[in-house]
Amino acid sequence: MDRLLLIVSTLCFLAAVVRTIVALRAGIFRTGQFNFLAIGLGFIFQTAFLSIRGHALGRCPLTNLFEVFIFLAWSVALVYMLVGPAYRLSLMGAFTAPLVVLLQGFALIAPIDIRHPVKLPANPWLEFHASISIIAYGAFALACIAGVMYLVQERQLKTRQLHSIFYHLPPLTDLFAAITRLLWLGFGLYTLGIVSGFFTSRPLPRVQVVAAIGIWMLYAAILQGRHLRRLAPKRVAALCVIGFVAALTLLWGITFSAQTHPLP
Amino acid sequence: MNLFCVGLSHHTANVETRESFAGHAESDCILRRAGCAEALVLTTCNRVEVYGASEKRVSTDEIARCLAREIEKDAHQCAPAFYRYEGEKCVQHLFRVASGLDSMVVGETEILGQAKKAYESARASGAAGPWLHRLFQRAFHVAKQVRTRTEITRGSVSVGSVAVDLARKIFGQLSKRKVLVLGAGETSERTARALVSRGVTDLRVSNRSSDRARELAGLVGGQAIPFDDWRDECREIDILITSTSSEAPLLTPANLAPMLCDRIDRPLFIIDIAVPRDVDPRVNEMDGVYLYDIDSLQSVAEQSLALRRQQIAAAEAIIAEHVPDFVASISRGWNRVSRTAERSSVADSSPRTSEL
Repeated sequence: MDRLLLIVSTLCFLAAVVRTIVALRAGIFRTGQFNFLAIGLGFIFQTAFLSIRGHALGRCPLTNLFEVFIFLAWSVALVYMLVGPAYRLSLMGAFTAPLVVLLQGFALIAPIDIRHPVKLPANPWLEFHASISIIAYGAFALACIAGVMYLVQERQLKTRQLHSIFYHLPPLTDLFAAITRLLWLGFGLYTLGIVSGFFTSRPLPRVQVVAAIGIWMLYAAILQGRHLRRLAPKRVAALCVIGFVAALTLLWGITFSAQTHPLP
Repeated sequence: MNLFCVGLSHHTANVETRESFAGHAESDCILRRAGCAEALVLTTCNRVEVYGASEKRVSTDEIARCLAREIEKDAHQCAPAFYRYEGEKCVQHLFRVASGLDSMVVGETEILGQAKKAYESARASGAAGPWLHRLFQRAFHVAKQVRTRTEITRGSVSVGSVAVDLARKIFGQLSKRKVLVLGAGETSERTARALVSRGVTDLRVSNRSSDRARELAGLVGGQAIPFDDWRDECREIDILITSTSSEAPLLTPANLAPMLCDRIDRPLFIIDIAVPRDVDPRVNEMDGVYLYDIDSLQSVAEQSLALRRQQIAAAEAIIAEHVPDFVASISRGWNRVSRTAERSSVADSSPRTSEL
């Protein structure tokens, strides 16, 4: 039942992707309500899935890589629903949906939904740490998407080859402002996630702590460079993409090692 | 009732011919002189057309004579330039005209406003009745659909508006942006005016001749800057329009780099409309600098036009959906009117029968 909800959710996001591709191929792209509605519907089904899974587990559904991917996809959709319309970045939906489809599609296809043999005890600090960190990843994902949009538009302006999509992208300065806000949001949540990790009363693997602090420092450096005007917007946008890829790799590593070497 | 359109446009007549027929006859005049039931004259710089509804056929020559400035002479000489569409073809033609598909610049939206104005004027004078009302209301509806469901109006197709559109794509709102006009030529004046019309309030003008700088600054509501100070201004401004007659480039990567060090997070948009160019093309490779010369602006305008042309098929498909539907609905309306007229004529004739 819960996987069916997830499949329906993935189909909603896929509908947004297909519509975008068809519109772009026909040279007619409209930043209408369709993408927002499709993502909204997909988000509702994601939430239902996570809720059912959470009730079954008796805790926040972040016990294996499958759930982590779905929670991450949910966080991306959540931050988009909060940020996208507010910043009038409706086209961001066209960029957000493919990422969610990739995350959920991979989670559904790959054999990573491995249930723990014993029911894990509830640990509020651990659940808070894990969930807030993944929502931070959602904000970083959106910053990455805004970064891609910035780079696409920047490239078209520099080469003077303006495609249909160019006319639907938000102005460069607006995109850069959105990137900055998303970075601050993600950074704040990530900091909270790291700090709460020290209250989980579990021994933390050194490699994971070092890698997490490395990611934190990378984003701190991007924000510092932005604040001190040492980094050009184009470089900030590119670093957002690199930062998110690094963060995603770390998330994979943490979850994978937690599954292969479960802590007592 | 027969719907028809008689006219000439940039497709069939040169500007001199069009001038001979433009603005000399109002809709009510056509109504009186040509004997139509309803008439509407649509006059723009690219076309003079009469849309009419009549029970009997009104000849093209008759319409041409009504439109001509010098009766007989021009109408007779220019007869080949006139086209005529009737019934379904007339409906299709108006839908294409209102949607901007028949315009010289495909997708331009000014024609829709002109058609609305012509309709209002004909309606006010009583020259447009129920048939033209239905025809034009549907044409406005179709034009709106074409505009919203296709990209036919996307992008700008003139150099000045391309520059303004690009500025808006870089900066968003232009009201708080600072603009420097370097060289007070005619093209830079036009571009500056276009920017002012989109909300720019902080505009500075610098020219070798300070009198001309003051004159242009006065015209566009800007501020004149001594020519020796323009480099200092580059640290502050967001948009630079340059069109001096300098033989050597005024801006190169070497002399621009120090000006950019304090503004790394603020883009600089340079519109170089000078020939020879005032700005070294390598400046475009610098972070945050977007340089457009006259050729690149022209190239963007052509890309927009090409994009619009790609949309013609989609627009024609929308029109093709509406034409038969409208023709069917107007035929049903005509049949109703005919039946009512027949019934009333039978009623009128009854007493006469009884008298007999």
